[in-house]
Amino acid sequence: MALPQSAYKDREFLAVIGDEDSVTGILLAGVGHVTDPPDSQKNYLVVDQKTDTATIEGAFDSFTKKRKDIAIVLINQHIADKIRGRVDSYTEAFPSVLEIPSKDHPYDPDKDSVMKRVRKLFGE
Amino acid sequence: MSGAGDREPVFATRQSLGAMKSKLKGAQTGHDLLKRKSEALTKRFRDITRRIDEAKRKMGRVMQIAAFSLAEVTYAVGNNTIAYQITESVRQAKFRVRTRQENVSGVFLPQFESWQKEDVGSDFGMTGLGKGGQQVSKCRETYTRAVETLIELASLQTAFVILDEVIKVVNRRVNAIEHVIIPRTENTIKYINSELDELDREEFFRLKKVKGVKERAAATEDEERKKSAKRASEKENQQQQEHANGDGQGSGNVLGDEGDEDVIF
Repeated sequence: MALPQSAYKDREFLAVIGDEDSVTGILLAGVGHVTDPPDSQKNYLVVDQKTDTATIEGAFDSFTKKRKDIAIVLINQHIADKIRGRVDSYTEAFPSVLEIPSKDHPYDPDKDSVMKRVRKLFGE
Repeated sequence: MSGAGDREPVFATRQSLGAMKSKLKGAQTGHDLLKRKSEALTKRFRDITRRIDEAKRKMGRVMQIAAFSLAEVTYAVGNNTIAYQITESVRQAKFRVRTRQENVSGVFLPQFESWQKEDVGSDFGMTGLGKGGQQVSKCRETYTRAVETLIELASLQTAFVILDEVIKVVNRRVNAIEHVIIPRTENTIKYINSELDELDREEFFRLKKVKGVKERAAATEDEERKKSAKRASEKENQQQQEHANGDGQGSGNVLGDEGDEDVIF
């Protein structure tokens, strides 16, 4: 059941979808990466009140499906809630999607798609 | 008997009986091994789920601290341009992850670990140069630690997803062997055995039949022989009697005038 090495060998970046503060903080840690031009792609998306769901979905799909160099996708929980269907139906191992709390929205383990599965397995 | 239950399409021979027996043995060994594997994986899985639970809670705290330190930065810098500065000055990732593998009873679980790419200078060298530089570097450290926690959590989560999948597959196999392959092989063995017994009985009956036929034949032959012998002896007796009766007239000419035509002298 070993995954082929190509599934994760080149994955070395993290991607972030979050509100301004979360993205700023995580980028400050040195995570941000912009690929070389001409098709320079950012590995982060700043979501504010005006960002529509389609943009978030597009970014999520591009990070999880199209790009092969991303190992972990960090997404704010309140943003994950907006595209809950996508996040819940995503079951691949690579890249792994991680829901993180944001400044304004404390973390709620009951909403997390992985935590839901954990709870289901323990029969709670 | 043979029609009951699912069985494999084999001819009932001793050879296929041997093959089925070894197959049953193999299935039982495989079942034991897979069961043990599943147990080992499940143990690991429970361990990981527990750790995920802990790590998620820890992440909540760490992110809170990190957000607070960012708030400090915003306060120290005095305006909100810092976020814009940071998001726009991103060039190359300094903070990257690489994947290591851990082998748990034949299943490779990936484990992310973070590393700092050395030859990439920090993009935020100028950030907070005016004021709040100390807060910025403190915030950077805090966030680096926070992201490390997140990476740890991501490893656990990936392991969770993979293990979940693998355990399902292994359990499916265990159940398939336990509930399909083993009963079927046992059924086949039973069928072959009964069929072989049947053949044995048939053979025995056939031999008995053959023997009976032969005995009967022998008996009739005996009878026949006895009868013919009896007839022969009766005939002899008759002849003897005839001889005895005819003694008076027939014994006159021993050399016999009537016989022996070729005697010329």
